Amino acid sequence: MTQGCGAISRRDVLKTSAAGAAIAGSLGTGSVAMAQAEPNAPPTAAVRMKVNGKQTSLTLDTRTTLLDALREHLKLTGTKKGCDHGQCGACTVIVNGRRINSCLTLAVMHEGDEVTTIEGLGTVGDLHPMQAAFVEHDGFQCGYCTPGQICSAVAVLEEIRAGIPSHVTEDIGAAPGMTTLEMRERMSGNICRCGAYSNIAEAMAQVAGVKA
Amino acid sequence: MKFDTPAGTNPIDRMTVVGKPTPRIDGPLKVSGAAPYAYEHHDVPGKPAYGYVLGAAVAKGTIRSIDTARAQRAPGVLAVVTYRNAGKLGKGQMNTAKLLAGPDVQHYHQAVAVVVAETFEQARSAAAMIDVDYARTDGAFDLLAAKDGAKEQGGNDAPTAVGDFQGAFASSPVQLDQNYTTPDQSHAMMEPMATIAAWEGEKLTVWTSNQMVNWSLKDLAATLQMPVENVRLISPYIGGGFGGKLFLRSDALMASLGARAAKRPVKVALQRPLMANNATHRPSTIQRIRLGCGRDGKIAAIGHESWSGDLEGGGLEVAVQQTKLLYAGANRMTAMRLAVLDLPEGNAMRAPGEAPGLMALEIAMDEMAEKLGMDPVAFRVLNDTQVDPEKPDRAFSQRNLVRCLQDGATRFGWSRRKGPGQVRDGRWLVGMGVAAAFRNNLNMKSGARVRLDGQGTVTVETDMTDIGTGTYTIMAQTAAEMLGVPLAKVVVKLGDSSFPVSAGSGGQWGANSSTAGLYAACVKLREAIVEKLGFGPGEAVFEGGQVHVGNRSADIARAAKSGEIVAEDSIEFGDLDKKFQQSTFGAHFVEAAVDRYTGEARVRRMLAVCAAGRILNPTAARSQVIGAMTMGVGGALMEELAVDKRFGFFVNHDLAGYEVPVHADIPHQEVIFIDEADDKVSPMKAKGVGELGLCGVGAAVANAVYNATGVRVRDYPITLDKYLDRLGEVA
Amino acid sequence: MRPFTYERATSAQDAAAKAAAMPGARFIAGGTNLLDLMKLEIETPGHLIDVNGLGMDQIVETPEGGLRIGALVRNTDLAADKRVRKDYGVLTRALVAGASGQLRNKATTAGNLLQRTRCPYFYDVNMPCNKRKPGSGCGAIGGFSRQLGVIGTSEACIATHPSDMAVAMRVLDASVETMRPDGTTRAIPIAEFHKLPGQTPQTETALEQGELIISVALPKPTGGTHIYRKVRDRASYAFALVSVAAVIGRDGKGAVALGGVAPKPWRVQEADALLPKGAQAVSDRLFAEATPREDNAFKIMLAKRTIASVIAEAKG
Repeated sequence: MTQGCGAISRRDVLKTSAAGAAIAGSLGTGSVAMAQAEPNAPPTAAVRMKVNGKQTSLTLDTRTTLLDALREHLKLTGTKKGCDHGQCGACTVIVNGRRINSCLTLAVMHEGDEVTTIEGLGTVGDLHPMQAAFVEHDGFQCGYCTPGQICSAVAVLEEIRAGIPSHVTEDIGAAPGMTTLEMRERMSGNICRCGAYSNIAEAMAQVAGVKA
Repeated sequence: MKFDTPAGTNPIDRMTVVGKPTPRIDGPLKVSGAAPYAYEHHDVPGKPAYGYVLGAAVAKGTIRSIDTARAQRAPGVLAVVTYRNAGKLGKGQMNTAKLLAGPDVQHYHQAVAVVVAETFEQARSAAAMIDVDYARTDGAFDLLAAKDGAKEQGGNDAPTAVGDFQGAFASSPVQLDQNYTTPDQSHAMMEPMATIAAWEGEKLTVWTSNQMVNWSLKDLAATLQMPVENVRLISPYIGGGFGGKLFLRSDALMASLGARAAKRPVKVALQRPLMANNATHRPSTIQRIRLGCGRDGKIAAIGHESWSGDLEGGGLEVAVQQTKLLYAGANRMTAMRLAVLDLPEGNAMRAPGEAPGLMALEIAMDEMAEKLGMDPVAFRVLNDTQVDPEKPDRAFSQRNLVRCLQDGATRFGWSRRKGPGQVRDGRWLVGMGVAAAFRNNLNMKSGARVRLDGQGTVTVETDMTDIGTGTYTIMAQTAAEMLGVPLAKVVVKLGDSSFPVSAGSGGQWGANSSTAGLYAACVKLREAIVEKLGFGPGEAVFEGGQVHVGNRSADIARAAKSGEIVAEDSIEFGDLDKKFQQSTFGAHFVEAAVDRYTGEARVRRMLAVCAAGRILNPTAARSQVIGAMTMGVGGALMEELAVDKRFGFFVNHDLAGYEVPVHADIPHQEVIFIDEADDKVSPMKAKGVGELGLCGVGAAVANAVYNATGVRVRDYPITLDKYLDRLGEVA
Repeated sequence: MRPFTYERATSAQDAAAKAAAMPGARFIAGGTNLLDLMKLEIETPGHLIDVNGLGMDQIVETPEGGLRIGALVRNTDLAADKRVRKDYGVLTRALVAGASGQLRNKATTAGNLLQRTRCPYFYDVNMPCNKRKPGSGCGAIGGFSRQLGVIGTSEACIATHPSDMAVAMRVLDASVETMRPDGTTRAIPIAEFHKLPGQTPQTETALEQGELIISVALPKPTGGTHIYRKVRDRASYAFALVSVAAVIGRDGKGAVALGGVAPKPWRVQEADALLPKGAQAVSDRLFAEATPREDNAFKIMLAKRTIASVIAEAKG
């Protein structure tokens, strides 16, 4: 099998994707600055991201998560830290169109990425339809998990439309349906201890234009 | 204002704003991420440094030595505070264990140090460089093993006896005598405890996440041994509490100590893996229930005993509370015993007492109904009482339990329920369960200040908190109703100790007490407005932004044209709760399905019918109830802090290990409120509902699982390992 | 989290060579498990090599008629791939049963295989754990072991491997393709990829220092009914108590592997052969040498019943 792992197919696998090429190109050699302001200081690195449509440049301790970069460096505290270990979903943001837990990724790994946080979806005076639906259906109580729920909800509807299967998809060969069963399963990475799940399902159904 | 006679007709009865389903006025802030929680105040003077808490590595023992030298030399570190340099500390009245360990350690993950550094990353890293040498001592960590040494308590917790329980039980033709257990549970609110502390000279301000501003203000001052006037506590948004944030906790203390040492504001969020052991939890219980019935189904003898544990000086989980009041029966007894355990501090979690108590009692009722061959709804209805069964001359202020049960049964399709193990849906066994809900109504003194300005804007100020309960909105509704202004003209400011002291959020007393306090302040403001307008005597009507007395009318704003009018008052409660038993009632109906192969239990349908006085905002109240139902599903099917009886700690101390329900666990939930107004509880005629929603849910789930499978489990949570061997063979 | 230097790798071989040359260096891709553990100082790398820019994110057909999955293919993309859904349904089912949508968007194929155990004693640095700190003892034995292993464990360690994906790959006879620091490649059958703990639970895989997973190859599809059944206390976003991956033909023959019971995806060839005889026979063989603890003995019965459910479902 060692031989069988043939050159042609391996090249295919190793082929740098278009997005990857762009990133690698912009970085040159790929070696990142390890500048140290003082001998004892922790390593830092520079990162440029587009956050809510705005280009930002930060030089950060390499240990800084995307979550802490948003909250502590960009003052975008709409994104919440509930557990810091990928167990609650409060930190959910949308990166390059996909929702992720911002607590389990380093900011420096997001060079060139487009990040959308709750502040980028809508504002108090100009709510995103999902934000408005959460208010209308009382899809929250304490509000702490809410920005993560909303970022996830927006992305979940896109995931269903894109045909990505889930645990409850009856026939994985077919496109999943826009049902609250699908929504509930896909939203399960966002814990709400206040227990607003039933209302969140109704808010999402309204935005998706289906029956709750 | 003293409330000591039943309320007559008052402006709230108009129900033009109060009682209407009203979206939260703080909703847009919350859904857009603009509501500032404790760790997120950007208006703190000076750039806060970051604190990171080190928790004790042993459950019980002493700190032989702490070496902080390496941490102090670490990059960015500004201060390391331990018991050795914290200064002399007191202990808050509401705290059982100290919030900073040393030299003795009282429980696992008790705070041992806070490291303050320029950045979060530096503080976290340096915290791991502290070397602590512990002398570990043996402790008691097993409730079952400690049970026989548990002791009865006095006062409200003392045993009760009415009639001849032993004799009546012994002579009852149908008897039930069973033991039930409930586990330690964690509040697991989504926002961890968090505080920013800033000192200016001798004065301390903390932005924190706390349900009870005044309790915690006093306890912070007491712990730091400083005058309470020098402390200000600000808690406008709280990311969930469920009782876990009733008290001063280590985040606030460690942030304050860290800020003092670093001479900088300091922010501390308790790390999630510390939460379960550092903070409080709902203690586990062992309960014994005895029911003796006649063949007619009438309860002749009802006995409920409970055992729980806590640290030395701690308290009981009062699991027999509801049994004193819920059902009739001439011969009764309750008893509770407390064991000393060295697990983390036990304390209130949503519906303390009733939540675990009903988890047991309402299984027992289900079991007894079956023994009697009676329908479980009918059995409960038969044993309803309209008076306090321990003091029959004392009536309930209002009691609609029977209606909750009967309306719910109709609505849920209860008549379709079959015998245990009778209904199949593919590989699923399907069943229905019911349980009564019961939670006492509590009232607490509560104050508010209300201002009217020249634009006709009404501003409410109180240290009351909104923990997701909808306080902002019901306060605005109350002020709008009282003063006849639109909701949009009311500004509500909460959670600041510089405002009048309120009831705070706990024991489901918040909504009724705090709005009643605001009612009192509004009554005063109305008087001041009428006086300012010079309308003289006569009944004033406030509506449509206008004030009318007799045939005289004016815009309300006109009263404040020459300057703001301010009124402040509080509500104090007399002895109506002694004359009348004040409680809230409900019925929970659950349909559950159990996989006949794997034993996985899932909830399919849920209905709650609640009778809780006037419902101030049906939208927020419904959310309180569905949230509680969700927590009840967790308690029934998954939630348990697992105790390591050797090391003495809760092992599954994060949100991966301590499972709470997720979206996929919860079906559509239905809630019905019985139309009530209870004039004996307050001028608002409202009672609490947030804890009622949890009471009984666990048992309704348990009873549904039994009805699905025919297998009875009496130890929560009802996980498949406890009954898999009793499900039928499959291969 | 200890300070670390960080670089973005420019090629797989460069990454492997650097990782071999720098003690304490680690690759990072999705990061969802590594960063979790770094925050708790269970993992303490001094240098991170970010391999995300290396491509390796394609799924291509092999000359043998199978699929070659790039190491960096995200769990979501692997689950959603039309070819995987059609021919390797058990893999899609396993992937979507794991973690959450957010985590699956980030987690990679290679990283999923390299996940470390979720044993709570491994996760609590105050507790003894031979995997985290060799020689310190096993806190889980005699402690809270409900989630932990019943077979393939040792007196040194009873941790389970938490992956769902790997269980499906085990039943599919996947092979893990790697590049070593000298640029040579090799393929490791998934059966040999994860190591049993024995006396060295800290050694979890067959990988050498610096060796980088570049892809996972699936053999030609075999048809049959593909089922992945994951049993857990809550309905989603939880690790398995027991999971069963099975591919069963119309004749009742097939293959079965279990998750949640062992330090690696658990499959016994002789047990596969017993599938036509039913769940009891299969289960007896799979657990012939089981060493359950008080808290987790139920897993053996649960596994048997879950296998029965899967066999029944395959029969339709």
